[in-house]
Amino acid sequence: MIDFAMDLLLVLFYTLRDVLPILLLIVVFQVFVLKKPIPHLKKVILGSIYVVLGLALFLMGLEKALFPLGKIMASQLTEPEFIGKVGDGTLNWMSYYWIYIFAALIGFATTIAEPSLIAVAIKANEVSAGTISQKGLRITVALGVAFALALGTFRIVTGTPLFVYIMAGYIIVIIQTIFAPKKLIALAYDSGGVTTSTVTVPIVAALGLGLSSAVPGRNPAIDGFGLIAFASLFPIVAVLGYAQFMELKIRILNKKIKEEDDAI
Amino acid sequence: MKYKHYIETILRKLRLAFMDLIPIIVVVVFFQSVVIRQPFPQIGEIIFGFLFVVIGLMLFIEGLEIGLFPIGETMAYALAKKGSLFWLMIFSFSLGFSTTIAEPALIAVAKEASEISSGAGLIENKQSIKDLYAMGLRLSVAVSVGLAIVIGVLRILKGWPLYYLIIGGYVLVMLMTIIAPEEIIGLAYDAGGVTTSTITVPLVAALGVGLANVIKGRSPLVDGFGLIAFASLLPMIFVMAYGLMWF
Repeated sequence: MIDFAMDLLLVLFYTLRDVLPILLLIVVFQVFVLKKPIPHLKKVILGSIYVVLGLALFLMGLEKALFPLGKIMASQLTEPEFIGKVGDGTLNWMSYYWIYIFAALIGFATTIAEPSLIAVAIKANEVSAGTISQKGLRITVALGVAFALALGTFRIVTGTPLFVYIMAGYIIVIIQTIFAPKKLIALAYDSGGVTTSTVTVPIVAALGLGLSSAVPGRNPAIDGFGLIAFASLFPIVAVLGYAQFMELKIRILNKKIKEEDDAI
Repeated sequence: MKYKHYIETILRKLRLAFMDLIPIIVVVVFFQSVVIRQPFPQIGEIIFGFLFVVIGLMLFIEGLEIGLFPIGETMAYALAKKGSLFWLMIFSFSLGFSTTIAEPALIAVAKEASEISSGAGLIENKQSIKDLYAMGLRLSVAVSVGLAIVIGVLRILKGWPLYYLIIGGYVLVMLMTIIAPEEIIGLAYDAGGVTTSTITVPLVAALGVGLANVIKGRSPLVDGFGLIAFASLLPMIFVMAYGLMWF
């Protein structure tokens, strides 16, 4: 119990240290540049305390529960015995299929719980007057991350060069940008950056490192990198794709209505 | 009577936070019980940890709505009203720079990268050189995030279409990939993803949306977003340029 309290204090201290530069910046600007008191100061201070305390508890809980579990599972799934058990003895990229499934599922699950994404989803819902649902955006982004991690682990297993995938991804994004509804492009681009923060990065890093040291012929220093890059690219594709799909649906619907009108 | 109302609100918010974590629980339980089939390590501690995660997430979301979002928007509003482009730019740069330079994930990655590079014989294997290399890496990422926010804010002010800038950035990343040393590419790509921390994102989002709200002719949806996109794109270019400088 005392250990727990000490850990919590330590995490709280680290969180405060991270927040300090932002706090300083805001205070300096308010006092010296804007020279105006902050409206609803009490509420803002209370909210900031909630954010720091909440983040500290969240990180602390992750440290105790999710990270060790994620690391153990990543190493168990990449153990040669486990992979040998599911394969037919000879190893090819198919032998690692549980890893692809695990990567996809854990990517989806951690993205749903990602605080940064929740923040952006709240804002998007607010400015679109409710047309973009928080849940819808988060699920779409999470599906993007799921696909990204499955593909990323496949890349580590096969050892194909990272930049080829990234380039292909960029080209897809560029083509989608040309055709996607212009209103959602900015949001889609932003969803790439927010997926990989507090929850996802440590688990993904453990998975990449574990996998690249388990697969024969892979070097963790070179092949371990890159999963995060995948996880920030494919949510863009997913959100743009979702926007295109919705537009198409509306267009077909309108066409139907028009045809019905014409028939009458 | 009043307390009953409070408790109900808190319970409802706790339930919402818990719902966000259900997918993780399902995945972990499924893999442990069906695929890996090994006993759960330290079950008590894990359940305790999950309780922390749920309460923490609830507090964080509550704090966002009453603290972080309002302050971000108020600052955007005040800075726009002041009408000083200079101070707005200074604020934007400082916001990006100061939150990135102290980012623990970046410090860890930079240290790791300096070890790997010296191990591969790319830089001299001396502690002072390694420290210099790691510090330079952190500085180039922090400067790039600061510049990214500045460019993003300028874009909102001028109303430039985002996709020209982003696609231009992609083309630059591709060109840099061709000329950059191979050892730095994976690191550079990942650097884009790790820079935007959990406290920066809500503030930056509130800043962008707030600015787009204040300035005439901008839509918060079309123009307010996009700051984070710059902050994940520019570090890639800068880190590759940094690699070119060293190797």
